[in-house]
Formats: sequence, C-alpha cells, structure tokens
Amino acid sequence: MLDVLQSGNLAGAAAPAGGDGRKSERRNGLLFVSPWLLGLLLFYIGPMIATLVMSFTDYHYVSESGAGTRFVGLDNWSRLFNDPMVAHSAFVTLKFALLFVPLSVLLPLALAYLMTARGLWARGFFRAAFFLPAIVPGVSALFVWQGFLNGDDGWLNRMLGVIGISGPNWLGDTTWVLPGYALIATWGVGNTMLIFTSALNGVPRELYEAATIDGAGPWYLFRHVTLPMISPMTFYNLVLTLVALGQYFVVPFVLTKGTGDPGGSGMFYTMYFYRETFRFYDAGYGSALAWMMFAAIMAATGLLFWSQRFWVHYAYEVKS
Amino acid sequence: MAVTSARSKLRAMVTEPPRRYSAMPKRLRALTVSATLTLFALMLLGVFLAPLAYMTSTALKDSTQISDTHQPLLPESPREVAIGGEQVPVMQVPIDGHVRELALVEKGRTESVLADPAHPEQRITWKGSWRTLKPAYEFKPQWGNFSTVWTAMDIPVLLRNTIAIGALGAVGSVISSTLVAYGLSRFRVPFAPFILASLVASIILPRFLTVVPTYAVWQHLGFVGTWVPLIAPHFFANAYNVFLLRQFFLSIPRELDDAAAIDGAGTLKTLWYIIIPQARPAIFTVAVLHFLFAWNDFFEPLIYLTGKPDLMPFSVGLFQFLGLYSVQIPLLQAGALLGMVLPILLFLFGQRIFLRGLDLSGSGK
Repeated sequence: MLDVLQSGNLAGAAAPAGGDGRKSERRNGLLFVSPWLLGLLLFYIGPMIATLVMSFTDYHYVSESGAGTRFVGLDNWSRLFNDPMVAHSAFVTLKFALLFVPLSVLLPLALAYLMTARGLWARGFFRAAFFLPAIVPGVSALFVWQGFLNGDDGWLNRMLGVIGISGPNWLGDTTWVLPGYALIATWGVGNTMLIFTSALNGVPRELYEAATIDGAGPWYLFRHVTLPMISPMTFYNLVLTLVALGQYFVVPFVLTKGTGDPGGSGMFYTMYFYRETFRFYDAGYGSALAWMMFAAIMAATGLLFWSQRFWVHYAYEVKS
Repeated sequence: MAVTSARSKLRAMVTEPPRRYSAMPKRLRALTVSATLTLFALMLLGVFLAPLAYMTSTALKDSTQISDTHQPLLPESPREVAIGGEQVPVMQVPIDGHVRELALVEKGRTESVLADPAHPEQRITWKGSWRTLKPAYEFKPQWGNFSTVWTAMDIPVLLRNTIAIGALGAVGSVISSTLVAYGLSRFRVPFAPFILASLVASIILPRFLTVVPTYAVWQHLGFVGTWVPLIAPHFFANAYNVFLLRQFFLSIPRELDDAAAIDGAGTLKTLWYIIIPQARPAIFTVAVLHFLFAWNDFFEPLIYLTGKPDLMPFSVGLFQFLGLYSVQIPLLQAGALLGMVLPILLFLFGQRIFLRGLDLSGSGK
C-alpha cells in the first residue's frame, strides 16, 4: 500500500505491463473493480454527502421514516461551536493524542529494534508473543486491563509496590485515567511492530558497514542510517495512528459504560458523538459533530503528508 | 536500477578485513550478548503479558473471596480442615519465632485453642487475639467459574453468532477483494490512480462520518436488529484486503497468465486456475483477518443489535455481562478468557502464514 501512499507513484503503480489497452480489457477491468466502485458509492461517498446534508436538518432517528424533519440551516453548527462539551471532549482527545501518538510509534519501533537485534535467540517466538495481544479481542482485553489497573489489588500497583512505588487508582483518577488508557494502548502495537520489523530488515547491510568503516557509532548509525531508511514506514505508521486516534472509542466507552468518568476526564469526542447520536437520537447534530471531526482529521493528515518533504526519504526505496 | 549499481559499488568498497582474534573470547562475547538480549526480551515480555497472567489467575479465584485483603496472587482459598466433625479455618500462627499452620478450634480474644491438622487430637493454646492471625491458603482453582459464566452469558449462542457473522463476512470479503485486486493488478482499468487513491482515502475516513445516514438507511429498510448491516458491506471489498491481495497478485509472474491465455483460458478461468491457487496464503490471511475483525468489532454490533441478545456477537455480549456482573470479578475474567480463546488459537495455528501475509501488506513491496 505504501507505494500508493507516495503521491509521486500513483500513476505508475496502476499500470501493469503487457496490456495493449483494448476496449474489452478496460471493460473487464472495470467489471472486476466494480464491487469496490459500488461500495465506494454506497458506503463512503453517498453517506458522506448525506451526513453533510443531515447536519443542516433536525433529523431524529425515532421520527418514523424521517417525517417532520426540517432544514434548520446552520443551527447544528452554531450549537456545535457554542457547546462546551465539544470543546471539552476535543481537548480530552488532544491530551490523549500527546500520549497515544508517540507511544504508538516509538514503542513498536523499539520492539522491532529488539526483534531484529543481532544475536537474539528465539526470534520467531518473541515476534509472535509480542504480537499476540493485538489478536486479543478488544472487550476481553479491556476486562483484563480493568482488573490489572485496579487501584487496590491490581497487579500493576502490586508490581510497582515491589519497587517501592505506590501506584494511583489508574482508571478512577482524573489525572491518571488517560495515562491508564495509554498503558492499555500498548497492547495494540503488534501490527506496527511487524511493519517496522520488515522495514528494519530491509535496510541494506552495506550501508551500515560503510558507515561503520567511516567510524560511526551505534547512535550515529541509528540516527543517520536507520531512521532515514525506515522513514517511509514511520510515515505510514503515523498515518495509521492518526486514523486510530480518530476512531478511538471502544476503550473509554466500555470502561466507563459511556459516561466518560471520572468527572468527564475520559469523555472523548467520539463518545460525545455517540451519546448525542445514538443515545439522544439527535442525528442532525451528530452529523455536524462527525463532519467537524472529519475536518480535523483531514487537516492533521494533510499536515502529515505535507511534512513528508522534511523528513521522509524515498531515495533508497528499492522498487520491485 | 540506480540502487543496484550503488549497492554493488558499496559492496566493492567494503571488503571484509581479515580478522584473526583468538576464537574463544569472541564466541564467548557473542554468547553473552545473546544471553543478555534474550533475557531482557523475556523480562519485557513478562511485563507485557502480565495482564494475561492476572486474568488467568483471577478467572480461577473464588468469587466470594475477592474482597479479602490478604488475597494472594494465585487462585488460592483459605484452607479449612475438619476437626472433631467441624470445619475450622487454618491460620498462620507465629510460635517460638517461626510460623506454623494450625487449625483454629476455639477463637478467643486473649487466647485461642489450636490444633495441628496432622495430629488433630492434640490441643495447643496460643496467647493473643485470633483476629491478628492471617489465614493459611491452599491452591484451589475454581474451575466451576467457567461453567457458571458459560450458562450466565449464554456462550453457545454468542459463539454461534460471532462465528456466523465472521464467516459470512469473510466469504464476502474474500470474494469481492479478490475480484477487485485481480482487476487492479492485471488490467488497464480506467481511472486506476483515482481508484487506488479512493482505497487509501477509505482507510483514513473515520467511520463515524458515514455511520449516521447508513444507520438511517438500514433503519428504513428494516434491517436494524438483524445481521445484514454487519455482513452486507463486506461484499464490496475493503482497502486493506485489496492492497494485500494486489501486492501478492503482482508478484505472480504474468507469463503464467499468458500461457493460460494461449491455451484459451478467459479472464475468469485465469483467475480461478492460475492466480487463486498461487495466492492461497494471502487469501487465507484475508479470511483470518476478517474473522478476527468480526470477533473484535464492537461499535457496529453495539448500534445495530442493541436489545437483541439472541443475535449478539461475543464483544457486545461480554459488554452486557459487565453491566450485570460488575462486582463478580473472577466471573468477568473467566468470560474475558473464554472470549479470547478462539482468536488466539486461530492465530497460533495460522501464525506462520498469517505473519507472512501481514508482512507483505506492510512492506508494500
């Protein structure tokens, strides 16, 4: 997928060799691709536009077949900009991003570094074992973490107690609830770790050897050989992390049963969206909330794509 | 091209200098490095997977003792023995500088009567309040927790629902993604760059943006409260699977297609007899990935199946269970454990193929 993400590559990526562009070939190709084109229309483009339209109405799910729904102009939007809960939940999400984004990239990178370290025994075992929690279904994992992070008899605080630290009541403490969620997020790094592992394995050994001969130490090698060489994968993982942040919902929802406790410090934007839309059935306002979030994610993603020119190096990419 | 020539230049520059150290210290050093690294990785893994150990231990604990403040890590229960036809607790009693496990026959505030379980007829008098004594524990896993949860959560129904939703969606995902990937890897599709870009965009698009009207449409069609909204969308391909399969198809030599074409095979026959047999690991990966996705999916079953306990998959069933049994922590952990057994088994059995397939999708080569 990476070759497609690199914008310069879009045109080349799609043209397989050999075909002479006959009409029947184009028709066959379109036929094979049609499930996606249909899906794109039915489940992405159509609903996107519908959401935008609905954001100007007072549509409620309970109103039978939408009867009585009126256009209300910019009412939902002005409500959104004056709603203190929107600002609050967006702030919670941003605060969490400060923990979540670095963690979701640095931890798997460190793990991948360990997995590819020369001399590690039982590499395959470690790779599978560190990946394993990514397979564990979300709700199950949350039950486990809820007990594990329990303030009184949770194992984390017991482990901390052994080294003389008295741990907080993670999920019940307004200060520690977001760090607690970040700890839970460590179980989601499996995929990213695998991507980094194959990226690290793909760095040509000659580059290291040449730099070592020039007298480079381990840190220099990492900073000036490894990091630039894997920067396309780092970029790719950052994009996926951003996507995950935009969808971040299940953890706070299940752990607080939708309340965002303690004291609203776990009320993420997505949870507020859920509450307005599926608890209070206010689909019109929910649509405005969804578009606002989409705009924010697009802005962040756009910024990330733009930033590529400063730190992502495609020069050494070996094309197959 | 440029890269290969740069590489060969580098290779020419870097000639291994002849090294002649004494063999033993070098090998010893390598061994030490390996041992240290592996030990470190093991310790890290221990911390990383500690929640799983917590779950397993807690799932086997006695529900009534969960509030016991002396509660040990392992599933142990306070020990009891029969003395004189009566069940009495065994306590840890400090006598003459060491701790003995003695049965508490008569409780007293200033002195208690104890007995050694090995010699139940002898009585020992101990000075001190019995309330200061800690109970003695014995290893006693409560396997019954699982059968309690099995019936309380109605796990057979949850299993049936999850497997059915996952399998039907996997069929749709495999068929549609294979067709789309075949089209994108073997034909000059008009607007191919746009189609590829739309696939990437669909990944970045938050699903909350599309769910509001989608829910409304399913509601109007009368499908809210059924499996249809959870299965039907997967018959229209999905970006991750298409990219995974497309990469794999691109790696299959086109000469094989051409040979088949010369033999008179049409496009569908080529797909069926040439491409699919070669791409089995990738197709298997797509099916497993979808199955895991369905097992994990929470949001959509939550909104579409609220109030339909007989149709719910595991994820939502477990969540409902949390509302009913939130104080019975061992039962919750037993439920969580049952909910992850199948995905983990699937992963362990298919691990080799699975990790390979993921590698392919990630590296983008």
